[in-house]
Amino acid sequence: MKFKGFRRPDGTVGIRNHVLVIPSVVCANRVARGISQQIAGTTWVEHQHGCTQLGADAELTTHVLVSHGTHPNVYGVVVVGLGCETIRAQDIAAAIKKQCPYKPVHLVIIQDEGGSVKATAAGTSAARKMVGEASQLMREDIEAAELILGTECGGSDAYSGISGNPALGIASDLLIADGGTVILAETTEIIGAEHIVAARAINETVAQKCFDVIKRCEKQATDMGVDMRGGQPTPGNIEGGLSSIEEKSLGCIYKAGSKPLQDVIEYAAPITQKGLVWMDTPGQDVEQITGMVAGGCHLVVFTTGRGTCCGSPIAPTIKVSTTTQLFERMNDNIDLDAGPIVSGTATVQQVGEMIMNEMLEVASGKQSKSEILGFNDFAIKRIGPSM
Amino acid sequence: MQQAHGIVMKSVDNVCTVVGTVDAATPVQFDLAGQNETITVTEPISFGHKFALRTIKKGEPVVKYGEVIGLATKDIEPGQHVHVHNLESCRGRGDK
Repeated sequence: MKFKGFRRPDGTVGIRNHVLVIPSVVCANRVARGISQQIAGTTWVEHQHGCTQLGADAELTTHVLVSHGTHPNVYGVVVVGLGCETIRAQDIAAAIKKQCPYKPVHLVIIQDEGGSVKATAAGTSAARKMVGEASQLMREDIEAAELILGTECGGSDAYSGISGNPALGIASDLLIADGGTVILAETTEIIGAEHIVAARAINETVAQKCFDVIKRCEKQATDMGVDMRGGQPTPGNIEGGLSSIEEKSLGCIYKAGSKPLQDVIEYAAPITQKGLVWMDTPGQDVEQITGMVAGGCHLVVFTTGRGTCCGSPIAPTIKVSTTTQLFERMNDNIDLDAGPIVSGTATVQQVGEMIMNEMLEVASGKQSKSEILGFNDFAIKRIGPSM
Repeated sequence: MQQAHGIVMKSVDNVCTVVGTVDAATPVQFDLAGQNETITVTEPISFGHKFALRTIKKGEPVVKYGEVIGLATKDIEPGQHVHVHNLESCRGRGDK
């Protein structure tokens, strides 16, 4: 299988050619948004991080910001800082440039520019130039083996495990059979099904990692002295017929198909393996997408029973409904329908092949609905408090 | 009489997921290990919710996808709605 993508000078492959505006700190969000809104063809992220963070928490924020800049779906980057923050814009820009010397990276410091109006003007001018350059790049034939797919199910209902996830599992198997990579994530939503995933691990070490990350996740609930049912399954999941986290998880893991599990990796860690990889992320949809994209996912396929709109600013996010009722009700947001599996008019295999075809088309430039609608959801997992 | 369909994921399961919303006293057809079977539900079952295929005693496992999805918190009769009111998760229970 092939698609049309962008080959970067370092050999990596992109399926989009974004100019991305990144604030290094919460205080630079308004300027970053202002720059992007001035220039068609740019996108931006906003977040609440970047100052008074310590240790591993600051490192994770830095890593996620840098890895969105270095992501192969991004052509060039404007980094915006305030000037006095913990996570300095200079360091973010330098780290992107060091890893990707071929990328245009422009730095804007609000205090140095003389305020938000002048900073917005400086960033806008740089972004305008980058969009002009980016538009001259041509797509070329690239093997699907180079694609990294992030899988996700959110706003699950009882049909997630019957239609949407089994169909996505077929697409996952097809991509892996062709040499590609598939990410299974949302560790919380594997609780109760970890023994099934671990049984597919390539060796004892990887199998043990499955049990270890589940134990760590479950311990967070027990350490807080809370019943996880306060948040998992969510009230919407319960209304949709899911009675326990175990039931949700057993339906959830179908989306990872049936191939061997190669490794279990940390949140936002670089994805270097081929085949099926489990990234340890929270079950919160946007933190999960952000972690998978930071790791290098090119695109996300997101099954939903209750309905969701969200999408990464730089990685196309394709929505698959578990029922035709949802597909019709939220048609502005849902790309594909797995409902015919429930009504008996299509097989899991047929819908899985449809998802695989859509992935190749979207990788080649077809816009997913979340892109057309301008979704740019971004959330970094917190592992420490602000001080 | 209203006809309804359900889906049983694995033959060892003791619950069935309904396709559509089903009124009380409706016979629900489903495929169980290649056999077409029918159970009349004794309560209304919402879209995507489950009913019991067999008697599940208090404390016994509720099985779907061939796996345990929780324990029954009271005796459940065939055709009864199985959900958070009579099924309890065993995982992530910092309250216990």
